[in-house]
Amino acid sequence: MLNFFRNTLLISTVILASCSDKPLNSPYSDSEESKNTFYSSFQERPKHLDPVKSYSSNEYAFIAQIYEPLFQYHYLKKPYELIPLTASEMPEVHYLDKNFKKTTNKGNIRYSKYILKIKKNILYQNHPAFYKEKDDYIYHNLSKEELKKINTLKDFENDSTRELIADDYIYQIKRLSDSKNHSPISGVMKEYIYGFAEYKNKLNKIESSSKIERIDFIKSNDMLGVKKIDRYTFSIVLNKQYPQFIYWLAMPFFSPMPWEADLFYGQKSLQKKNITLNWFPVGTGPFRLIENNPNLRMVLERNKNFRGEVYPSIDDKLNERKFYSVNKINEVPFIDKAIYSLEKEQIPRWNKFLQGYYDNSGIASDNYDQAVSLNSSGDITLTKDLKDKGISLETATTASTYYIGFNMLDSIVGGDGKKAMLLRRAISIAVDYEEYISIFANGRGVVAHSPIPPGIFGYQDSEDYYNAAIFNYANKNIIKKSVEEAKKLLVMAGYSNGINQETGKPLVLYFEATGAGADTYAFLNWLRKQFKKINIQLVTRVTDYNRFQEKMINGTGQIFQWGWNADYPDPENFLFLLYSKNGKVKFGGENAANYSNKEFDKLFVNMKNMKNSKKREDIIKKMLEIVQHDSPWIWGYHPKSFSLSHRWVENIESNLMANNTLKYKKINNSIRKKDIKVWNKANFSLLYIVLFLITAFIASIFVMIRKKDKEKIYD
Amino acid sequence: MFTFLLTDIFFYIIIISLIMYVAYVRKTPDILANWLYVFRSRTGILSIVVLSFFIITAFLDSIHIKNKIYNNNTKQYVYTSEIKSFLDIILSPMHENYEKSYSAPFSSHLYSKETVNFNNIDKREYPRLLYKGNHNKYSNNKIENIAVISLFSIIKSFFICFLIYMIIFYRTIFKKNNNFLNAFNNNNVLCTSFFIIFFIIILLYDLSTQYYVLGTDKVGVDVLYKSIKSIRTGILIGTLTTIVMLPFAIFLGIFAGYIGGFVDDIIQYIYTTLNSIPSVLLIASAILMLQVYMANNPHEFENIYERADLRLFFLCMILGLTSWTGLCRLLRGESMKLKEVEYVQASQTFGLNKFSIIVRHIIPNIMHIVIITVVLDFSALVLAEAVLSYVNIGVDPTTYSWGNMINAARLEMSREPIVWWSIFSAFLFMFILVLFANLFSDVVRDAFDPRANKKYE
Amino acid sequence: MIKYIFKRFLYAIPILIGVNLLTFTLFFVVNSPDEVARLHLGNKRVTPEQIQSWNEERGYNNPLFYNQSEKGIKSFTKTIFYQKSFKLFIFEFGISDSGRDIKYDIKQRMWPSLAIALPSLLVGLLLNITFALFFVFFRSTYIDYVGVIFCVGLMSISSLFYIIGGQYLISKLLHLVPISGYAHGFEAIKFLVLPVIISVIYGIGSGTRWYRSLFLEEIEKDYVKTARSKGLSEFSVLFNHVFKNALIPILTGVVVILPLLFLGSLIVESFFGIPGLGSYTIDAIQSQDFAIVRAMVFLGTILYIFGLILTDISYTLVDPRVRLK
Repeated sequence: MLNFFRNTLLISTVILASCSDKPLNSPYSDSEESKNTFYSSFQERPKHLDPVKSYSSNEYAFIAQIYEPLFQYHYLKKPYELIPLTASEMPEVHYLDKNFKKTTNKGNIRYSKYILKIKKNILYQNHPAFYKEKDDYIYHNLSKEELKKINTLKDFENDSTRELIADDYIYQIKRLSDSKNHSPISGVMKEYIYGFAEYKNKLNKIESSSKIERIDFIKSNDMLGVKKIDRYTFSIVLNKQYPQFIYWLAMPFFSPMPWEADLFYGQKSLQKKNITLNWFPVGTGPFRLIENNPNLRMVLERNKNFRGEVYPSIDDKLNERKFYSVNKINEVPFIDKAIYSLEKEQIPRWNKFLQGYYDNSGIASDNYDQAVSLNSSGDITLTKDLKDKGISLETATTASTYYIGFNMLDSIVGGDGKKAMLLRRAISIAVDYEEYISIFANGRGVVAHSPIPPGIFGYQDSEDYYNAAIFNYANKNIIKKSVEEAKKLLVMAGYSNGINQETGKPLVLYFEATGAGADTYAFLNWLRKQFKKINIQLVTRVTDYNRFQEKMINGTGQIFQWGWNADYPDPENFLFLLYSKNGKVKFGGENAANYSNKEFDKLFVNMKNMKNSKKREDIIKKMLEIVQHDSPWIWGYHPKSFSLSHRWVENIESNLMANNTLKYKKINNSIRKKDIKVWNKANFSLLYIVLFLITAFIASIFVMIRKKDKEKIYD
Repeated sequence: MFTFLLTDIFFYIIIISLIMYVAYVRKTPDILANWLYVFRSRTGILSIVVLSFFIITAFLDSIHIKNKIYNNNTKQYVYTSEIKSFLDIILSPMHENYEKSYSAPFSSHLYSKETVNFNNIDKREYPRLLYKGNHNKYSNNKIENIAVISLFSIIKSFFICFLIYMIIFYRTIFKKNNNFLNAFNNNNVLCTSFFIIFFIIILLYDLSTQYYVLGTDKVGVDVLYKSIKSIRTGILIGTLTTIVMLPFAIFLGIFAGYIGGFVDDIIQYIYTTLNSIPSVLLIASAILMLQVYMANNPHEFENIYERADLRLFFLCMILGLTSWTGLCRLLRGESMKLKEVEYVQASQTFGLNKFSIIVRHIIPNIMHIVIITVVLDFSALVLAEAVLSYVNIGVDPTTYSWGNMINAARLEMSREPIVWWSIFSAFLFMFILVLFANLFSDVVRDAFDPRANKKYE
Repeated sequence: MIKYIFKRFLYAIPILIGVNLLTFTLFFVVNSPDEVARLHLGNKRVTPEQIQSWNEERGYNNPLFYNQSEKGIKSFTKTIFYQKSFKLFIFEFGISDSGRDIKYDIKQRMWPSLAIALPSLLVGLLLNITFALFFVFFRSTYIDYVGVIFCVGLMSISSLFYIIGGQYLISKLLHLVPISGYAHGFEAIKFLVLPVIISVIYGIGSGTRWYRSLFLEEIEKDYVKTARSKGLSEFSVLFNHVFKNALIPILTGVVVILPLLFLGSLIVESFFGIPGLGSYTIDAIQSQDFAIVRAMVFLGTILYIFGLILTDISYTLVDPRVRLK
């Protein structure tokens, strides 16, 4: 007991002593806090940081700061606009006929050719892979002795840099085709880039799993469609006319990859120490990853070799030198370091944001009510509490859609038959996504009429342009049809009162659900309630994500929920989700509903390669009419993204397509320090009470033991 | 139409064996004496009363009937695959209607503001609840109204208890020269606890016709209803787990201990192997595999209830697998000791065959270990369920369980103002059940364990 | 002695084989690796071709036990059983399904686990024994009675509530320690204080009761009565005799769990964001990284068996009367 007392005293004195300057509950060390550092969190550790594989936003949050593709989205302009990043200008596009001759005759166009020029004097970050001694890359073939000293990337004594050249981009495109790299877009690119498929086959034929041989092969063999013109120029030939290709070129998939890095990381012995390209990127961007502990935190630091870039302004004109010249005042990046901490649990994440330890935070649906209120004009603003703290809010509708799909191969809800179509429509009316948004997303969303979200060309937003199958226009409002109408449709479909009139049995439908998040129960419960409105019983089958995927691929699911995040802001990237050639079961594509309609397909092929125009809009209109009539999806909703930032964060702009936005962020450290101190005053009252109680307790015990020992009245 | 889920059947078996055990105990004086010790202890009788109310609730929740709906065309009733339990019918005022979302206990409004369009002006306000909280029956003042309801329930529960008292003790009461309250004085803990529990039940029931006593959850379901429905899951996990594995543990344990030799080696090997794997990991991997199996065979589980039920059942089996080994080891040791006891040796020399020795001499003498283990494991298992569900390897997310409630509360706790009632009610119900189970197991252990330090309890 | 230990180690081998076979059946016979591939390749634009090459790379496309297409020794080594299960015996855990070296990760993550588990164990032990002695000293009085009820109460609360409540009170309302996180070196203390306190409080109920019954058993023995009759004070009887003799079961009880401390606590670690083996396991379970779960099962088993052997050894060290056969 005495020991315990001493211990508590000791601990409390340690605690009291250490509270000299910064708050006790600060999760960071002293040295970090004083610097020009940006703090944020990540929820799930990124799986891949290799640009050939990365395909999700939590991975882009890191690699887009490090790797630089040719183009980027202008940070401030809406609608989204592409501008050069490492490219010196926007690409020249030529159309070629079947003999690879330039042509302007539309009927003859077989190929299109992109000529891409990059800027000179761009340097990579310093990295041991580039280090040479006497013209020899000494770290490319490490001996056992050398390896002993190495545990992280920092343990290499020397590093060096190299200039970015066109070959690096070409190298990366070839890497995309290597099936060993599991690039998610190799299937798509096979279709578009001339010679890609052939190259892929060649690579597949290399039996040896030796990394060096593969790299040698890639270096010495050219892809037919991708050619180097000079040190800073190369060209890509596409099989088709594909104007959206430029969007792909802005994605991290098309980042430059120095072969030195690939070879360096290819060493098996380094893989054993988890030093791989997948964890330690090598790029030309404004930041480099100096610490990667996906179990704890990831730290980005300013890349000293970064060429510099000027903060954009709305008036920027493309190709004007001004934008790229280095101006000391507005040179990005503004911050020196960014620390991302792993925060899996929601409670700590939100609380740490409120305490000021994270500079920004998305709002989880459950924090929404605290954070946001609607003012009289319907605009969304922050609540008084947060406003007082100086927190600012940015909203934007994301280029994504969440929907509930019907498996069109299913015998009950699927098929072209009228009965099934009416059933689908009745359900679509019954499921109230307005309510869903208010319960589960706390109002952060827009009810969808079609796959195309707001902000994308072809979005339906007017009184004569809406989903007439599910909605009505009345009193200047677009309102969902009533449940009564849904019931009528159900009678027409032959399921009066939820009973199949042919068999006399009640109609039972199955919903495939994934995961078991904290909200799953509530969501499934809600969904059952929706179906119950029209007396249909819904059985929910909860499985893990694997099984769900398998069901989708085999087409054994009936009803399911899914979502799509746009790759690029073009209607094609949404409508292709319903194109029959993308059918999940037949072609393993993204059309999970396996919807197939010849008329729709024909229009899709037409629309796909067009530039935005009135004509394109008309085609899209027609296409939407077709799918809305068939209702293969319950058009769900388009989520809105809200993001909160503290008042010391500057240059906040919500740009959902641009991923490389860290370089624009600015931090006012003195305000941050002051605020955090005020918000996190330690409250010792409880500690004192506990200490007092313990002392009292121990004292009374001593008294009692004394007393009792004197009595000695045992047995 | 009655319908039986897998766990229902096992639950009935448990109840029946409980009744059979009671009948057996009444005839066996040694064991009866032990149980009388339990009944005489104040904590013992108190925990028995509380636990039996929990078990009755779980039992009512285990009698299921199918819903039926009317077919307009054929003018017939059709059974749906939807299932209701007796408890659902009794509690129908609690769950026939749903609110939209969260509301605090006894509140008359939703918990979060919503945009309400009033005369074309958007207003941000707390919407009124649709079904409860606004219809104060006895008085417009909420507190007065609640007070009146409480008063009524005191009177009601008093009458009910009085009635029960008369029925049970009618013989003692109407004996000559006997004070009317004699029976009460002799059984004061029993009577008081009965009264208090009845009072609480009636009060909650009455209140919940007009209020959401413990608030509503994210989709507007009464939290009190969820908590009560979770009792079945808790009780099942606590009992089924051990019961399912009991026959294996008993027989393997005895065989290993009594027969020895090669059989002993094999059985020992099996349970040491199973025991060596950390239980959480074993449970996790088994549940992962179960999910895979269920997804592979979707047609075996036609409706949601069967699916959830089967998962619950398998969870019990897997949990049983991990707790089984400990009991088996204990029984092995005990039967090895018993083998050397004189009267067993004597029966052997008389030429009694091994089987009848086991049935006559060994099993009765190891039963106390079994009982102590079953009772001791109960509370640990109820707590384990919560943790497993929290890690998503517990019961089906559609099953009502305290673990699922706590899991959902993760999000609720990060709201501000926080939604505290979901986690509070899960805490309360779990705490009461586990507390009394622990107290009960203490008393049972004292009564049955020959080594127990009865003197100091 | 050495011979005995050697024998015990030999005895562990069949158990390890059993565990290995069991996990192998669970993970490969019941489940096919195809879905795992799909999970780890992400959810957008995954083609069957990619799944195949992923499986090839991880060696999941081999047959289970016997490879007919290979010759000689390779027909046994080029199988899932050899590569995924047999190699565990030589501590080759391989690469996790998400592509990291498991052995490296385990080495990194066991220290944070230990940093929580060891102080929790020691402080907990100290407190539990103190309280238990205290209750025994006042046995048959109201202090003991209330204390035991209090312990039962503490035991009846789910660990989740301690964690959620503790985090809310100490970190959020009082701002005394960071809510979650971890740092290496000396700075880890501020992150460890709360989890350790919570683990200790959670363990007090059952721990105190357990030691109390140990002491009560001891107090009935004859030597205690003799000591008392010699006129020793109750305090010194308790401390010098009862406590000393109860030390053997206490010590052996502690020794058996010592190796398992490395495995960490699943819930505490994931709540407080501590990068230990406990949260590693939880993550693996939730992301269905079977390679890690398999490795952890195997590691846990080894540590458990190791603990048992340690217990036996400690018996002889503490009590010379016990001879190992």
